[in-house]
Amino acid sequence: MTNEFVAENLQAFLGDALLHIEEPHGLLTIVVHRSRITDVLKHLKNSELNFIFLTDITGVHYPNYPQNELCAVYHLHNLEKNIRIRVKAFMPIENPTIDTATTVFRTANWMERETFDFFGIVFKGHPNLVRILNIDEMDYFPMRKEYPLEDGTRTDKDDSMFGR
Amino acid sequence: MIDMEVKDKPTIVQAPEGEKGEGFFLTSMSAAVGLARKNSLWPLPFATSCCGIEFMATMGSHYDFARFGAERVSFSARQADLLMVMGTIAKKMAPVLKQVYTQMAEPRWVMAVGACASSGGIFDTYSVLQGIDKVIPVDVYVPGCPPRPEQIIDGLMKIQELVANESIRRRYSPEYKELLASYGIE
Repeated sequence: MTNEFVAENLQAFLGDALLHIEEPHGLLTIVVHRSRITDVLKHLKNSELNFIFLTDITGVHYPNYPQNELCAVYHLHNLEKNIRIRVKAFMPIENPTIDTATTVFRTANWMERETFDFFGIVFKGHPNLVRILNIDEMDYFPMRKEYPLEDGTRTDKDDSMFGR
Repeated sequence: MIDMEVKDKPTIVQAPEGEKGEGFFLTSMSAAVGLARKNSLWPLPFATSCCGIEFMATMGSHYDFARFGAERVSFSARQADLLMVMGTIAKKMAPVLKQVYTQMAEPRWVMAVGACASSGGIFDTYSVLQGIDKVIPVDVYVPGCPPRPEQIIDGLMKIQELVANESIRRRYSPEYKELLASYGIE
């Protein structure tokens, strides 16, 4: 099984919903429309492609992509053939919602909570979408590129002392 | 045979100032209690990262923390005298640290070991508490990233100095009450 085979299979399955294909460093990467994410994950897992292992879900914030600011990234692994694939789905920051993957992979539960915690991506249908790592009182999503790197609440390190 | 005066033996604690007579010794209560407390501090190690490893070395035979009367490491806050916070305290850990502190009985002292516990250290970021003195009062700060065992020992000796010299009734002083109140601890 090769990347070309996987790509052709997905092209046939998704049609127009497959927005982009690339192969950086040999890792097959597809961009799908966010409305089809559950379908494509189900297909990758249950068809002959056999990507039975969800390695990770994470997010990316691209402040310069209008209407596509947030991206959910899924890494899957075919353990038998040792082939990996990366699935991306973009969404606007005003409405950062995507269907949950917990219906396909149980392990997606905590991964989606983490992605929600840091990027504010809302996974529709998730059983318990609350913060998992940060303090519950936090009222922002820290990995978005919207904030200064340093903690704005701090009082002890002023610029005159630290040369900034 | 080694001829050595008792006062030269480093393991013997010197008596505080006072009046000595035939079968009695007069000194102030503060001095006597301070002496006892100073040489039997029970530390509670709250170790979250690399400074904790340095503390393990400090507790080991080479640096031998025990010679300061601090060999009884209390993993229960109830019996501890000295809270040693060693490592990065995430904001999520802050309420836990505060709870441990409030569980300690008076008199109690706190030592912030290392840059992270003292100031947040290199972790100048959203998830890390910028120094434990944001949530609990601190008596001694030990700098270093991580500090060497000698520095931790130096910190303990500074604590001992405080313990020996401050009033045994410190907890009733208005300053102390005000300090705790400023942290919202009763």
